[in-house]
Amino acid sequence: MTDSKYFTTTKKGEIFELKAELNSDKKEKKKEAVKKVIASMTVGKDVSALFPDVVNCMQTDNLELKKLVYLYLMNYAKSQPDMAIMAVNTFVKDCEDPNPLIRALAVRTMGCIRVDKITEYLCEPLRKCLKDEDPYVRKTAAVCVAKLHDINAQLVEDQGFLDTLKDLISDSNPMVVANAVAALSEIAESHPNSHLLDLNPQTINKLLTALNECTEWGQIFILDCLANYTPRDDRESQSICERVTPRLSHANSAVVLSAVKVLMKFMEMLPKDLDYYGTLLKKLAPPLVTLLSAEPELQYVALRNINLIVQRRPEILKHEMKVFFVKYNDPIYVKLEKLDIMIRLASQANIAQVLAELKEYATEVDVDFVRKAVRAIGRCAIKVEQSAERCVSTLLDLIQTKVNYVVQEAIVVIKDIFRKYPNKYESVIATLCENLDSLDEPEARAAMIWIVGEYAERIDNADELLESFLEGFHDESTQVQLQLLTAIVKLFLKKPTETQELVQQVLSLATQDSDNPDLRDRGYIYWRLLSTDPVAAKEVVLAEKPLISEETDLIEPTLLEELICHIGTLASVYHKPPSAFVEGSRGVQHKRLPANAGSGESVESPDPGSAAGVTEAPPAVIPSQGDLLGDLLNLDLTPTTTTGPPPPTTSGMQMGAMDLLGGGLDSLMGDESEPLGGDIGGNPAMGAAFGAAPATMPASFNAPVSGGLDDLFDLGGGVGMPMGALNPPKAVWLPAMKAKGLEISGVFVRRAGVIQMEMTLTNKAMSVMTDFAIQFNRNSFGLAPAGPLQILTPLSPNQSIEAALPLSTVGPVMKMEPLNNLQVAVKNNIDVFYFSCQYPISMLFVEDGKMERQVFLATWKDIPNENESQFQIKDCHLNSDAASNKLQSSNIFTIAKRTVEGQDMLYQSMKLTNGIWVLAELRVQAGNPNYTISLKCRAPEVSQCVFQNYEAVLKN
Amino acid sequence: MIGGLFIYNHKGEVLISRVYRDDIGRNAVDAFRVNVIHARQQVRSPVTNIARTSFLHVKRSNIWLAAATKQNVNATMVFEFLYKMCDVMAAYFGKISEENVKNNFVLIYELLDEILDFGYPQNSETGALKTFITQQGIKSQHHTKEEQSQITSQVTGQIGWRREGIKYRRNELFLDVLESVNLLMSPQGQVLSAHVSGRVVMKSYLSGMPECKFGMNDKIVIDKQGKGGGSEDVAKSGKQSIAIDDCTFHQCVRLSKFDTERSISFIPPDGDYELMRYRTTKDIILPFRVIPLVREVGRTKLEVKVVIKSNFKSSLLAQKIEVKIPTPLTTSGVQLICMKGKAKYKASENAIVWKVKRMAGMKESQISAEIELLPTNDKKKWARPPISMNFEVPFAPSGLKVRYLKVFEPKLNYSDHDVIKWVRYIGRSGIYETRC
Repeated sequence: MTDSKYFTTTKKGEIFELKAELNSDKKEKKKEAVKKVIASMTVGKDVSALFPDVVNCMQTDNLELKKLVYLYLMNYAKSQPDMAIMAVNTFVKDCEDPNPLIRALAVRTMGCIRVDKITEYLCEPLRKCLKDEDPYVRKTAAVCVAKLHDINAQLVEDQGFLDTLKDLISDSNPMVVANAVAALSEIAESHPNSHLLDLNPQTINKLLTALNECTEWGQIFILDCLANYTPRDDRESQSICERVTPRLSHANSAVVLSAVKVLMKFMEMLPKDLDYYGTLLKKLAPPLVTLLSAEPELQYVALRNINLIVQRRPEILKHEMKVFFVKYNDPIYVKLEKLDIMIRLASQANIAQVLAELKEYATEVDVDFVRKAVRAIGRCAIKVEQSAERCVSTLLDLIQTKVNYVVQEAIVVIKDIFRKYPNKYESVIATLCENLDSLDEPEARAAMIWIVGEYAERIDNADELLESFLEGFHDESTQVQLQLLTAIVKLFLKKPTETQELVQQVLSLATQDSDNPDLRDRGYIYWRLLSTDPVAAKEVVLAEKPLISEETDLIEPTLLEELICHIGTLASVYHKPPSAFVEGSRGVQHKRLPANAGSGESVESPDPGSAAGVTEAPPAVIPSQGDLLGDLLNLDLTPTTTTGPPPPTTSGMQMGAMDLLGGGLDSLMGDESEPLGGDIGGNPAMGAAFGAAPATMPASFNAPVSGGLDDLFDLGGGVGMPMGALNPPKAVWLPAMKAKGLEISGVFVRRAGVIQMEMTLTNKAMSVMTDFAIQFNRNSFGLAPAGPLQILTPLSPNQSIEAALPLSTVGPVMKMEPLNNLQVAVKNNIDVFYFSCQYPISMLFVEDGKMERQVFLATWKDIPNENESQFQIKDCHLNSDAASNKLQSSNIFTIAKRTVEGQDMLYQSMKLTNGIWVLAELRVQAGNPNYTISLKCRAPEVSQCVFQNYEAVLKN
Repeated sequence: MIGGLFIYNHKGEVLISRVYRDDIGRNAVDAFRVNVIHARQQVRSPVTNIARTSFLHVKRSNIWLAAATKQNVNATMVFEFLYKMCDVMAAYFGKISEENVKNNFVLIYELLDEILDFGYPQNSETGALKTFITQQGIKSQHHTKEEQSQITSQVTGQIGWRREGIKYRRNELFLDVLESVNLLMSPQGQVLSAHVSGRVVMKSYLSGMPECKFGMNDKIVIDKQGKGGGSEDVAKSGKQSIAIDDCTFHQCVRLSKFDTERSISFIPPDGDYELMRYRTTKDIILPFRVIPLVREVGRTKLEVKVVIKSNFKSSLLAQKIEVKIPTPLTTSGVQLICMKGKAKYKASENAIVWKVKRMAGMKESQISAEIELLPTNDKKKWARPPISMNFEVPFAPSGLKVRYLKVFEPKLNYSDHDVIKWVRYIGRSGIYETRC
């Protein structure tokens, strides 16, 4: 006999017939009729008219029939509350049935009937069932409390069911415990402050015991509940972790992921130097990889979660790149997620493999996937500098395929590459311009326009190119219009003579013919800027752009923390907090990771194991845009106010605006989130960076300020260093061509503990230059002018002037690439010019950089081996003593010398102005011109610079 | 938790609709149909949010199973549940098809009532369920009191997957080591990625509540034993041991014991079940090597030559060998020559399918094809999908060996020796691809 026939009756008068059948005396016929009713109900027909007839069938010995009637009741009781009451008696009677299955069925069903009158009758049977001798009934009753709470929370509290439920956590049956935990968790979630789930070590212990014994689903309930607990200390945390790790081998992926959630959370509390911490990290990788052999839907959930885990603890999966390679037959949603993780895991070590894969993917069929693969190639270039060149050439190859969407995607990423590595790959611009006509997507068009505007001075026909876009200005999307406006203004500022007409045209298009307020406002601002103060306009529009971040789409750290607490759930799939998609009070509570147990750890003992996790700077490389722009705008433009730093302003943005527009628009500007330069040159991460903490230096860079101050005070003291011990010739920093005739060459020297920037300024223009001022961008060691640039006499044509600028090291700090890079802005009466130069790091070696021998030994041992770097200095013909003397003149002090088998080992130390010590071991072998140097430092970033300095000193 | 569970046919007609939570209404049933089943684009995600309701779905043949919720549910659990639901249904009535679902809709409702309570998954082991959800409602009245409590204690108990009092005249055990070997190889023969995902599948027909212990040549175990025994042992057994990257177990296996002692002990379910899954990546025996050679002759012709080499003991035979060589969409004609087996161009699959029934180890065979192409002015180059291969070999490519499977049943009088045990190794191709 089959049941499918019940789905087929659709004739008229059906209800009437059913009614007759339901009232039939024959049991079989009755059952048949109820089945028909349920089938109709399933397909969405309204069979509520049969309510009394169906309820009449409820009194039966036939369990199957009874269940069908209950199903009907659950569906329609709400619409027929008065009649539903007819069923109460049967329920109450069934709750007393000798058969536990029937008792449970009755209490289970009653809880699903959301009718007040029935609910009232439910209390007594429920109370009995919660204490039933049979575990099956108790586990059903436990869930029923949650059901009742959903209908009438007050009633549950008044009746004391919550206490009974709490007692069930100590039940002897694991499934009862699991269901009680599930019910309590749900109730607690809707009452965040009820302290209902007051987890304490005793209850935790009970839960952990039940964990080993209950069903796979019960294990999930318990693990999810455990994840809400915050252990008191690291020892408790570890002991819970130890009891949870066996779950990582469960066949059920949900058990595994919930265990991962608990471990990820509790790990936060473990000290990083604990052996167990490392063990745990190692244990996490295999189960995560195994999830990728599950069914595709589970893979998808796993991948979304791995994406979070990789952001939080990249070390777990850093060696597992291969498992994320895309398989040809993976469903598209799996492919896209894998690609995301591949980019996150890309590093110098695996970049070759990753690139080869990405290139392969770029030829696949699915358009979204191909686009993402192309974009990923660009991300690799930005992330791994060594691969940039290969990435760019791969992208060019792809552009040659002429596949429209590939070309467009490539152009969008090449724009980002330009931003990351300015002045390196511009040779490809010509190739890009060839594809101008095929671009039909706004993002690609905007990117291309940005490139043309940004490099207008190098593209001969930039004006023609931009003009061609202008023809259909009003048909373009806003993104393109805004970009076109900015690009043409840039072009005008760079080539003012030929493009006046063009700029007029675009300004009038933007301001007069457009309805878009953003476009109009930007147009007006440019117009005013250009008409009142072209210098200011240049500064604003051609302002130096902040560096773009290496990582993209990083989730903002607080959100990431919250999502880690939601591993396995929908929140982790959507990458959104539950409050974003859950209505009502549930999920509004924000979860947090517990505080790091080692938060008291001093900066002095950074741990190698945690290098990627905690001590390193947060990944937001970009300082918030406002800050940087503020810096540039705060450039001291008035030569008279030459004392001290500019007055503090609330926002650089606002200040600039006030100056330029007389305060008319400042309130409006304050809200602008985009710099006036209007660069789409940003990338998605820029948005994220806004919310993120401002870029900070690695903790160790935050040097004691006093160090720098001491240096200043030493100024008169005259520590008596031999002058000019290392005095390289001046290098041209700013060629006259780039600075309207002003040439600056200079050198950095350290004299008597004072760092000086000695410059020669030459006027190669035809007019007199006056009103000189100088300012530095933030830099790695906080270098800043200690006073104003003292050039008192005007600089006539063909005249040179020497200027020495004392520097302090107490300025704002931002890590630069390379570390010793310094960006300088010099202003005169004509314009503001920017250049960057690199200072030898020995400028920063302080005079008291000689370490005690004992301290040296201890420190050398204490610094982890990962921080050691080794270099070769070739073709150096000094003996060890000569080398030692020479180095001493740049404040590199030899502490000890040891000779082993004809090899001299020099142990040396130096100290940077910010308090960082660098320890060195220099090996010199007689007759061998090649020296080997090992450097150890807590901030290994400086090693490269220090080595270069050694090389320079020794070879000089 | 799960607010509602719906089953649809391929047209989007609802076959089963069970609502567990008040926040899921009838309109949810339609929302999923309209936005997902009837959507124009192919499915881009197994999780869809429609009007603040989340739908998690899986598809079995052309049947859709969708769970709806308005809360932040454990998504992994929901998917695991949906698969479990499929397993349970399959165990009751076989293949999940529209026909079968319709024929068993009353049963399905009954199951859904039992295995999901207020959206929380409950015991879903078929072994336990079959004891009291029988489709013969009347029978339940004949359960004695003992039987009833036995059922409930099994359903809720520690060993929810096995009932007491099972008796067989012949105690028998079938153990299959099923492995699928996955490979991605570059055209130059470089292994880009390779792994074996294996399963140990058992059929146990054992009386009582037997305690089983399973042992294999797990490197960690062997090395540990080696330390205790003589160094000879290490040399002898160490060579044959394999490194298991990760493994997961059926819920009957005592995980904490595995974690501490790495021993696999369990009380097995009755009948069919999957004891464990594992994954290995080291020292994999790749049973076949595919060597492709594709040459473009002008714009309208391709020459393809593919050599396959079998790489295992010559006494063993591989079966069901199938090589699928993709061809461009513009293929107009194909000429084939193969040394062994049968080859055919299948236009519907855009591929040449070459089938060889059997092939011994250490042999080589080849196929050559000339593909004629229609001239086009399509600029996009042919994507060259990888050549894929299927086969079955009578050994475990990971090198896994079963060392023992011991059975103890202290209460009944049969011993480990009385149990008849069968072990079989089958290695199959998973995704076995070579790029060309």
